Amino acid sequence: MDIESAKLIGMAIAAGVGVLGPAIGVGLIGGRAMDAIGRNPEASDKIVSNMILAIAFAEALGILALVVSFIIKFV
Amino acid sequence: MAVESHAVEAAGQAAEAAHGGGIHIALAAEKLGTFLGIPITNSLITAWLTMAVLIIVGLVIGRGAKLVPTRLQLLFESMFEYVYDFMTQILESREEARKYFPLLMTLFLFIFIANMSHFIPGVGSITYTDAAGHIYPLLRAPNTDLNVTLALTIITVIVIELAGVFTVGLWRYAGKFINFSSPVNFLVGLIELISEAARLVSFSFRLFGNIFAGEVLIAVVVFFVPYILPVPLMAFEVFVGFVQAAVFTMLALFFIKLAITPPHGAH
Repeated sequence: MDIESAKLIGMAIAAGVGVLGPAIGVGLIGGRAMDAIGRNPEASDKIVSNMILAIAFAEALGILALVVSFIIKFV
Repeated sequence: MAVESHAVEAAGQAAEAAHGGGIHIALAAEKLGTFLGIPITNSLITAWLTMAVLIIVGLVIGRGAKLVPTRLQLLFESMFEYVYDFMTQILESREEARKYFPLLMTLFLFIFIANMSHFIPGVGSITYTDAAGHIYPLLRAPNTDLNVTLALTIITVIVIELAGVFTVGLWRYAGKFINFSSPVNFLVGLIELISEAARLVSFSFRLFGNIFAGEVLIAVVVFFVPYILPVPLMAFEVFVGFVQAAVFTMLALFFIKLAITPPHGAH
């Protein structure tokens, strides 16, 4: 296997596998936030802003994997 | 050095590929020239423009402040008041909030406007040809350059540590990290120290990664579907730019709060 195809495979694995965890995390956060809003609709403003904050954290990990994959591909 | 020249080479190849209709993606900011031996990159120029915008808006609003506010003044006043109240709520004191408000608000405004700069027509599309015939974009969103986000992070981390030292006291603050009272406390202190250092990485890479990935996403979509589809994605990136600016600022605020809280067991 030459280095170029190894890089392509490495990039695909890094991005694909790296996104799995954050995807589960974002799903859980969103689902729990919907549960909470269902129980207490008046608090939805607070819940939604906190949900977006938590999602931003979970998403950052997926983005890190994406950046690593870009580095593998382009550097 | 090797990595840098490699990145520049990759950028050059990408620029050549752009001629053939490829996607232009450069991980590192392109060097346009040097000034007194200091390399001037395209992200640096955009960062200066961002600062100029902030300074001009600040002067216009600050000089022209009236008792009966104009619309623009009202916008900034209500925004500042909201952030000030939020900080008071987190730091539990109006004086502490007043101390850290200017830095955090500046960080937020700088990051937000820098993120928005990517959506101004001309940023990325106006090109600059250097002596060797390479074509680079003249302007590039500052936060797609790791140097910018790392600089912001270093400023923030230094402020957090200094806030801890000046509020709690040097010895008590150091006692959070280096603690010989028991083996468990020593290990906990060590972990605290490592997590403190890890902030440098997590802060800078979170901001850089989000904004850079957004730019790449838009570049790829524009390449495949030039019409209509990029618009909702760009709207999403505006939202991401705002959220990342808010996240950066809020994390800095939370860590300042952690740093100025006296350590456990010390009375």
